[in-house]
Amino acid sequence: MFKKIFIIIKREFLSRVRKKSFIVMTILGPILFAALITLPVIIARLSDSEYSVAVVDDTGLFYDRFEDGNDVVFTHLPVNLNDALELLHREKFNAVLHIPEVAFESPATLRIFTTKAVNIKAKIHVENVLKHEFESLKLGARGIDKDVLRAIETNISIQAVRILKDGMEQTDYPEVSMALGIISGLLIYLFIFLFGSQVLRGVLEEKTSRIIEVIISSVKPFQLMMGKIVGVALVGLTQFLIWVFLTLLLVFVVRTAVPDMFQFTPDEQVHITSAQMLDTGRLEEHMDTIQYHDTTAGQVLESLSAINWYVMIFSFIFFFLGGYFLYAALFAAIGSAVDNEADTQQFMLPVTIPLIFAIIFGQMVMVNPAGSVAFWLSIIPLTSPVIMMIRIPFGVPFFDLYLSAFLLIAGFLFTTWLAAKIYRTGILMYGKKVSYKDIWKWIKY
Amino acid sequence: MNNLIQVNSVTKDFTGHRALDDVTIRVPKQSIYGLLGPNGAGKTTLIRIINQIIGPDKGEILFNGEKIRPHHVEKIGYLPEERGLYKKMKVGEQALYLAQLKGLQYYQTKKLLKEWFEKFDLLNWWDKKAETLSKGMQQKLQFIITVLHNPELLIFDEPFSGFDPINVNILKDEIFKLKEQGATIIFSTHDMGSVEELCDEIALINKSKKVLEGNVRKIKKEHAKQIFRVEMAGLSSSFEIPNKNDFEIIEQSTKDGLIEAVIRINNDKTTNDLLEALIEVGNIVSFNEVIPSMNEIFIKTVLEKQ
Repeated sequence: MFKKIFIIIKREFLSRVRKKSFIVMTILGPILFAALITLPVIIARLSDSEYSVAVVDDTGLFYDRFEDGNDVVFTHLPVNLNDALELLHREKFNAVLHIPEVAFESPATLRIFTTKAVNIKAKIHVENVLKHEFESLKLGARGIDKDVLRAIETNISIQAVRILKDGMEQTDYPEVSMALGIISGLLIYLFIFLFGSQVLRGVLEEKTSRIIEVIISSVKPFQLMMGKIVGVALVGLTQFLIWVFLTLLLVFVVRTAVPDMFQFTPDEQVHITSAQMLDTGRLEEHMDTIQYHDTTAGQVLESLSAINWYVMIFSFIFFFLGGYFLYAALFAAIGSAVDNEADTQQFMLPVTIPLIFAIIFGQMVMVNPAGSVAFWLSIIPLTSPVIMMIRIPFGVPFFDLYLSAFLLIAGFLFTTWLAAKIYRTGILMYGKKVSYKDIWKWIKY
Repeated sequence: MNNLIQVNSVTKDFTGHRALDDVTIRVPKQSIYGLLGPNGAGKTTLIRIINQIIGPDKGEILFNGEKIRPHHVEKIGYLPEERGLYKKMKVGEQALYLAQLKGLQYYQTKKLLKEWFEKFDLLNWWDKKAETLSKGMQQKLQFIITVLHNPELLIFDEPFSGFDPINVNILKDEIFKLKEQGATIIFSTHDMGSVEELCDEIALINKSKKVLEGNVRKIKKEHAKQIFRVEMAGLSSSFEIPNKNDFEIIEQSTKDGLIEAVIRINNDKTTNDLLEALIEVGNIVSFNEVIPSMNEIFIKTVLEKQ
């Protein structure tokens, strides 16, 4: 019995890992992943073409308060609005900001005119500047000095400290946990879909190519189904482990080649500080900023090393396998019940909804990883693989973890049992469009 | 034990209809056993039950006298009507895989397979994907996979459908050879010609019930109705036999100067009585019993039961 399952597992595994697409994905995966992370940074650094805003200031109070930056350039136009709009039509500017005389009393009269869709960045920038200026004017009117205002401006970042059972204190880094949680949750979601649908397609292939009857005259349908599910699981596991290994290798190589990649480059520091200095002209604040940035960078590194990677990787593998087995059995059942790929849709929907649901609620879970939504969704087997992986970087009580693991195992035993019943009848059904009613009969049979 | 397979009162219900109703058949060892019946009669269901792909609701299957069990699949070779291959898998690898699932060892199988591939002219395709094979070659490959593990029982479901005449002949020869080597063969078919040519025994299934079973020659004899065809020489046109009630002439025609007549013997008279009567009439050139073809028996039996 097990010998034959082993033969099936071997074929399912080898036929997949030998495919070009597997090899390409395995090698490209970490590179794509790295690109995904670094690309937004690179894109952010690329400058867009400049966006020019003409300022028509009827009050004469604010025109010199707009500083160029963020690809937005301001020009003061000492003309009236109509002339300015004329220039706008001749495309001398991208936008005209009009500050009417009554603007200070009724800010709703402020207008930004454009001929095309407005640049949101510029609009927000203008709004921020005006808000700041209006506030200072109002404060000044009540006798509060600008310098006093500057002095009381404070950057606050609260350190979260968790008191553990044994009285020890541990610093939390929710931001880092959040990023790690969403990445691993998404990865589980992706893996379940990716390899679950491979099982579906595999079953469908055997059915449509009509090799199925030859095989199940040699082995039990259950052996074939399990062999396929386990074989594909090993493919997924292999891919994951190679990815982990390649990513570590990539990080190591980059670290040795470019040692200060993970620190702020001097260039960036100068940029930040000079900008701040120009803005404030005060040295202490400059020092503050430096320290602030240093501590964040340090915190990220510290928090990353504070995370128990063994627990992370082990639980990832466990919840990936558990979730995969749970869903793969259902996917196998779907594959056996239909005749072609187009017919899978009606059955795919109810199976994929809990997964999509998990990803949507994942954001809620990230915000409050110890709340009751997080608890229940990480206990229910259909959503637990994704949700638990989101929770784990924040630290999860052992009770929750064990309960979730236990229920997940019970869950996949149940779906496997259910799927086996559908599968053994489904694979022999040809040419008939199967309904939920039929499937219910197969299960009861 | 003279029967390799014994199907005892097997009943199988699917949702909505009864596929097999109290079917009992006996397949003698080293025989070629034809499973006949119209479409939807239940042949494939019976074959699947013997292959343990599905289980019967009532009744049992005996293999060599013992109740059939999962390990018996290694003694059975099955070529289903709906047969396929993994399109993207290499031919040799695929055959090896399927053989291993039948319990064969990897290395001995490889050698054996190469011999079969050689015999069927497939050796050049060993490392090619199955989808590159022509239909005829795919069928050869499927046949090899079916017989490779040297099974005691071979089951072919509609083996000749889709084969070209040359491959049909190769297949027939192989079936005879397998029988000589001691195998028992069950095959289902619509092709009555191949039944007469190949089968020792048959069972006819109609509307989920067995309606006829037995030795092909015996069945034909039983269905023969004392009808004979004679050719007479030296007669001008038609002739008559004096005792009309005993020897009824069904039809008469002239052909190449001979008169051919089909005569039915009635009233417990024997062939000798007929011959005596005919000698009185003229010269007998030939005298043959008209034996119904399996096709006629098939159609008659099926229609009778309706």
